Amino acid sequence: MGQYHGKMLQRGTRVRPLTPQRIVAICGLLGAVLFVVVVFSLRMGAYPISLRDIVMTLFRGAIGRRDEIPSDFWLVVFGLRLPRIALGILVGGALATAGAGFQALLRNPLADPYVLGLSSGAALGAMLSLMVAPHTAGVIQAGAFVGAVATTATVYFLGRRGGQLDSPTLLLAGIISASFLSAAIMFLGTTLSGRDQRGMAFWLMGDLATPPTVDLKWLYFVLLVTLGSIYTTSSDLNLILTGEQEARHLGVNVHRVKLVVYVAGSLLTGLAVSVGGAIGYVGLLVPHMMRLLFGTDYRLLIPTSAIGGGIIIVLADTLARTVVAPTELPVGAMTALAGAPVFIYLMRRRVR
Amino acid sequence: MSPGVPNGTALEPRPVPFAANPNLRLRVEQASYAYAATDRSAPKFTLGPASFEAQQRELLAILGPNASGKSTLLKLLAGVLKPLSGRIEVDGAEVGDLDMRVRARRIALVQQESELLFPLRVWEYVLQGRYPYGRRLRFESAEDCLLAGNALAQVGADELRDRWMDRLSGGEKQRVILARALAQQPALLLLDEPTQHLDIGGKVELLRRLRRLADENRYAVIVVTHELNLAAEFSDRIVLLHKGKSLKIGTPAEVYERDLLEEVFEAPLEVEMRVSGRPRVILRGNH
Repeated sequence: MGQYHGKMLQRGTRVRPLTPQRIVAICGLLGAVLFVVVVFSLRMGAYPISLRDIVMTLFRGAIGRRDEIPSDFWLVVFGLRLPRIALGILVGGALATAGAGFQALLRNPLADPYVLGLSSGAALGAMLSLMVAPHTAGVIQAGAFVGAVATTATVYFLGRRGGQLDSPTLLLAGIISASFLSAAIMFLGTTLSGRDQRGMAFWLMGDLATPPTVDLKWLYFVLLVTLGSIYTTSSDLNLILTGEQEARHLGVNVHRVKLVVYVAGSLLTGLAVSVGGAIGYVGLLVPHMMRLLFGTDYRLLIPTSAIGGGIIIVLADTLARTVVAPTELPVGAMTALAGAPVFIYLMRRRVR
Repeated sequence: MSPGVPNGTALEPRPVPFAANPNLRLRVEQASYAYAATDRSAPKFTLGPASFEAQQRELLAILGPNASGKSTLLKLLAGVLKPLSGRIEVDGAEVGDLDMRVRARRIALVQQESELLFPLRVWEYVLQGRYPYGRRLRFESAEDCLLAGNALAQVGADELRDRWMDRLSGGEKQRVILARALAQQPALLLLDEPTQHLDIGGKVELLRRLRRLADENRYAVIVVTHELNLAAEFSDRIVLLHKGKSLKIGTPAEVYERDLLEEVFEAPLEVEMRVSGRPRVILRGNH
């Protein structure tokens, strides 16, 4: 944990308590970075479009003067690239926040929806629900949520030793669940072929190429409500991170907080997997980056992780669809390429 | 730092002073506990009914060998466990009935700290003691900062303010943990084996500090320990526990009888009475 001793963004020698103003300022800064990344991502792709045209198109679209936009620009920006970017921000924000939440809930800095097998559980749940009721709206989301909840509970109980959560046991339980569930996904994938156009790579690695069957508005609504409910527990999570017993003595209702984070984290995982598949390591990578930059306080970590997750996924997806053009990589391949080395680094820091 | 400072007291019913003795902080009346038995076996450990009181400015030691029930009794006082029978009252209210956050404003518990998952500054750690007074997201107010600063000053740890918790020595860490408990502005300060990882100088310094804090902040301080001489030197009264029974309660001079201590601690001991009126225990060589 020594890597967090950096003094970044802490001016002066006296540590000041966190204020809402500082949270808003930092989130605004990250929001600006996200905007730049979005514009960059809009620029990249097979159809060439200049930066000026992108900005004009976005501006005219924003003030509702659609008729002034050339139709091919409209199609490229609002029809193709922006929906995919919006989907990426949703998935990244959900996964990164879920990761931050699970790290506190399980008191394990290596916790991540993908590493613990929760994403695979959500994917399996989504596939099963597709088989049962293929044409019902929102059924994939519901199935993914149920899958995530069930897997979290299973991994949690498998990860206990002598009534206590044990870090190596927990990780092993997650890895074993993940490989078991992946095998089940492969099996289902062969029987489901034809009915699910997304294919196996989507559920195993994650991919943002297929637009969701549910309106993005609803998905964003669920995301914001869930983020809000996790955020209400953020100062309790700070105390739980110092020790559950001590948190209880200081008046934290540990059971309630854990239940909120458990349900919200599973919802976020299910939400992300249902539209983006099992994209790995975002939940690990992003919260740790944000801790390095802004410190470990959850009141700041949760919103910065949500925005940072969006930034990382949009970047990764832009790379995924451009580096090997005209074909595409799954976005999960990009995040795994970056995330797995970070995971190993963090694990070795801890073992020492 | 007095516990009477009005401070977000909207949630908290006004403390009803004990009618007979307004200085009373803690009253334990025939409190007992048994760890839940599994279906087939008898209860693993039973704490027999104990009764005692503690006033403000008083330092009370709960003394006993390992597995005598000290920690169980402390957990009862802290409200972590609910007594099977009897009553435990702090400032006139039964501990078990208090809302968690109200309880945290009246009772502070200092334990061996658990391992931190991510590093924290000393300052942030001490501010955690203000949690029970905060609102929803608990952004620290100027008052919280002032009180946390005072708490650090009271344990002589001003200069540690901006240091990292995991880079402190054992003695420094102990003082910071104590400061967080002071920031809670409790009526009752409980300490579980606080001298365990300190050298002799550190032990004496800590107990002198507790003695002074009890006076200045009008706490009732309760220390769980198995250190006979430290308890004799610094406590006003002692509760002697043995195999889950409270054998004797009184001043050190009353409690420290050679035969009794030898039986409880299972060691050849000698008790000397010093001019100060405080007894001293020495190991009797029998080889």
